[in-house]
Amino acid sequence: MVRFENVGMRYGTGPEVLRDLSLYLPPGSFHFLTGASGAGKSTLLRLMYLGERPTRGLISLFDQDLSRVKRRNLAPMRRKIGVVFQDFRLLDHLSAFDNVALPLRVAGVAETRIRQNVTELLDWVGLADKLAARPPTLSGGQQQRIAIARAVIARPQLLLADEPTGNVDDAMALRLLRLFEEMNRLGTTVVLATHNEALAARLGHARVHLENGELAAP
Amino acid sequence: MIGRRRDDIPLRRDGTARFLPWLIAPTVYLAAIAIAFMLALGGALQEWDRGLAGTMTVELPPSAASDAAVKAALTALRGMPGIASATALGRAAEGKLLAPFLGTAVAPEELELPRLIDVRVATGAAPDLAALKARLAAAAPGAVLDDHQQWLDRLYALALSVEATGLAIVAMVSAASVLTVIFTTRAGLAVHRDVIELLHMMGARDSYIARQFEREALRLGFAGGVAGLALAVVTIWGLGHAAAATSLVGEQAALLPELRLVPWQWGALALLPVAAGLAAMATARITLLRALARLP
Repeated sequence: MVRFENVGMRYGTGPEVLRDLSLYLPPGSFHFLTGASGAGKSTLLRLMYLGERPTRGLISLFDQDLSRVKRRNLAPMRRKIGVVFQDFRLLDHLSAFDNVALPLRVAGVAETRIRQNVTELLDWVGLADKLAARPPTLSGGQQQRIAIARAVIARPQLLLADEPTGNVDDAMALRLLRLFEEMNRLGTTVVLATHNEALAARLGHARVHLENGELAAP
Repeated sequence: MIGRRRDDIPLRRDGTARFLPWLIAPTVYLAAIAIAFMLALGGALQEWDRGLAGTMTVELPPSAASDAAVKAALTALRGMPGIASATALGRAAEGKLLAPFLGTAVAPEELELPRLIDVRVATGAAPDLAALKARLAAAAPGAVLDDHQQWLDRLYALALSVEATGLAIVAMVSAASVLTVIFTTRAGLAVHRDVIELLHMMGARDSYIARQFEREALRLGFAGGVAGLALAVVTIWGLGHAAAATSLVGEQAALLPELRLVPWQWGALALLPVAAGLAAMATARITLLRALARLP
């Protein structure tokens, strides 16, 4: 599903933030990506969701070497990836419903199906009464749930989340993690970045640990 | 409400494109005026051409304008193949021609005027001008044959210059509009970069993102075009009336060509806002696609 071979990454002329990274995440796996702040977790996720190109090394996604994929074929590949951003990146001018519907609209799904799926999912994350609410009027936890709903609405094959439970209480955090696990049971490969190593240890999934941009033992 | 879908990129909320219609309106206005002038001039030229087609004038200078010379010239002309008629203008007719310039206080008899012969060419005929001139010279030495071609050639040259100037104006204002749309689109790209990147990362094709800019550019370009055209119509109407008012002795002797457009010409002008909208849309699309191609 995800393969990195000797991947290095630097921004501009700055120092390498990821060095000699080699890893393989098999299809249907569930990994926690752990490490201290600044260890390179977000950059690794950016490489996985095709938000950046590596400075060196090879990345394969869905069994395709990214260096050989034509640009026009990257868009369909990105649609197989769901991302929960640390800062949510919700669109303030859109309602909760429209925010969650975005990946489906981008993929050209019919509006009737969008209405049904989005309503169901927002109900599931406890925001059935907030369909028309704009993100700025919602709490941090509610915004995070919308961001998660948006990431999973298109049933991605690869789900990447950057600190997805950072702004919710323990009960909601557990509920959201169960959602990720449910997605994983249905075949989605999941990578959750967190600096909460206790949470990662408690759920017992495999871990990819970063220290100063390099893989390290947890 | 959830039933009303909003654009993913809030282009109408930022001020980057707000003034686009105000910038496109003057360009459409200038283009409409230039095109109207070109069309009107073309029409006027055709009318002059039609009016002069099939006519020639023979001029006998005062020194050689005796009745005998006129009679000899008439005989020579009437005997030529392709000539339908040749009529000498009397003093009264010449006085009528000069009246707009000299007034009626001066009698033509008091002036040394050339004698004029109005020559009509038979329909479809093409008289041999060289032979005609030679025969005239023999019959009435000093007579000058004017087939009006020189005057028409000068008019055509003038019309060509005016048309070239008009086209240059249209080209310049079009280029200015295109540049305006490019800068506006780039500004929109910068303002909405986060949203665009998000859509890109979700797997939106470049065309999906570009379409939203295109729609907005079409709307603003069309709105500016309509405003510019409305002002241009008022101006053309006003100038048309002003040109008609320069007439000295009725419509036949108007100093300026009439700025009068026929229905199909008005129809062509009415397409300008559509053209402005489509041009803005195409420019926005090209600008967007080139910028998006730089995203990973």
